[in-house]
Amino acid sequence: MPPHDVPHDNFLNDSAPLDRADAGVRRALRVGIGGPVGSGKTTLVGSLCALLRDDLSIVVVTNDIFTSEDADALREAAVLATERIVAVQTGCCPHTAIRDDIAANLDAVEELEALHGDVDLTLVESGGDNLTAIFSRGLVDVQIFVLDTAGGDDVPRKGGPGVAMADLLVINKVDLAQYVGSDVDRMLSDARERRDGRPVIPTSLVDQAGAQAVADWVVAQIATHTA
Amino acid sequence: MNAALMMLIDGRFPAGGHTNSAGVEAAVRIGDVYDDATLERYLVGRLATTGMVDAAFCAHVAAFVDPTAEMLALVDAEYSARVPSPKLRDASRRFGRQMLRAGSTVWRGPTLDLVARSAVGAHQPFVLGALVAAAGGTPHDAASLSFHHLSAAVTSAAIRLLGLDPMSVAAVQATVGERVDVWVAQADRWATSSPASLPASGGSLTEILAEDHGRWDARLFVA
Repeated sequence: MPPHDVPHDNFLNDSAPLDRADAGVRRALRVGIGGPVGSGKTTLVGSLCALLRDDLSIVVVTNDIFTSEDADALREAAVLATERIVAVQTGCCPHTAIRDDIAANLDAVEELEALHGDVDLTLVESGGDNLTAIFSRGLVDVQIFVLDTAGGDDVPRKGGPGVAMADLLVINKVDLAQYVGSDVDRMLSDARERRDGRPVIPTSLVDQAGAQAVADWVVAQIATHTA
Repeated sequence: MNAALMMLIDGRFPAGGHTNSAGVEAAVRIGDVYDDATLERYLVGRLATTGMVDAAFCAHVAAFVDPTAEMLALVDAEYSARVPSPKLRDASRRFGRQMLRAGSTVWRGPTLDLVARSAVGAHQPFVLGALVAAAGGTPHDAASLSFHHLSAAVTSAAIRLLGLDPMSVAAVQATVGERVDVWVAQADRWATSSPASLPASGGSLTEILAEDHGRWDARLFVA
């Protein structure tokens, strides 16, 4: 309906919109962690927290489909204090919540960062999803996509936005390859072919040290972010 | 209808609406909603009670001229009194904040600036009313949109939780929408009423289920 009968000065659409809450220098690097169900996202988040928590102030937003499960797993492992982990409900749509409508996640991220003030690293863990899921640039600065060796060694060749565009691709559970007949070397070479030179790291997260290479990558990203 | 208003109608507008089931998740859990007929009953009930209150306050705020902090504080007190469940009041302010984040990136207006400065966080119907005004809409548009957002939240949550046929659910939504069109005719009166005399209809089960739902260990929707 055209606004004929409304005073003209009610409209300020031609002036600048309100400043975004994160305008200017934001300290925390926001890292998205996505990938299919069961690929090891929560385990990776737990390992990263354990490896980095002594040096960095970390908060975690988790989107597991049954929301509190991932948060509880992290709290029970005591990798972070309870008040540093928040679960966000995604209304049955994990990909929508990280890509098309990031409002709920952004709200949780900003709330946690404001609460703790000194945050260096914000991890946003997506609910398990399909290969087309990808994080919005409005929500995270960089993103990690996690694949499972046992989920089929043809997945990197299939590609999709997560495999092709994530800043880091993690091929997890390489220790299981021999039991499920997966060819890790083929997965790595297929992935590198798809990724235009972006890094791929094979991991086994049976113990937390298995995530050291990923932790080193995250630390390098923080250095670039704050430079 | 202008392009800005059409963006506010569109469920793809990034305001976090997809995380709101408007009580359907809890109603499904207790077995109250399970097919098209029970969904229609639930939808009519919500629209006629909490939906009417939301639409009235949305229209009222959309009609603000020279808005002041006192005007906002008064509608906040009146609206909060109509939402007995603390969990629902929190969810309303949360959805309001999310809608404000998206809307204030796109538009500006005096009422929008006012709700953005609210220390307690504006309720969702106030933010929607402010956005409709900033987008050039009328109180009538605001009331229609408020009802439509509730109807869309209820029906899309039911489709996702129960696997109902989306085409038959769309038919339910259209049928119920005819009633809403009649109710929306009151929007001009809501625009000029004092906040105290705006509708105060509520549903006891809506509030009780919302309190229960907010305490679930595992849920898929915020409310």
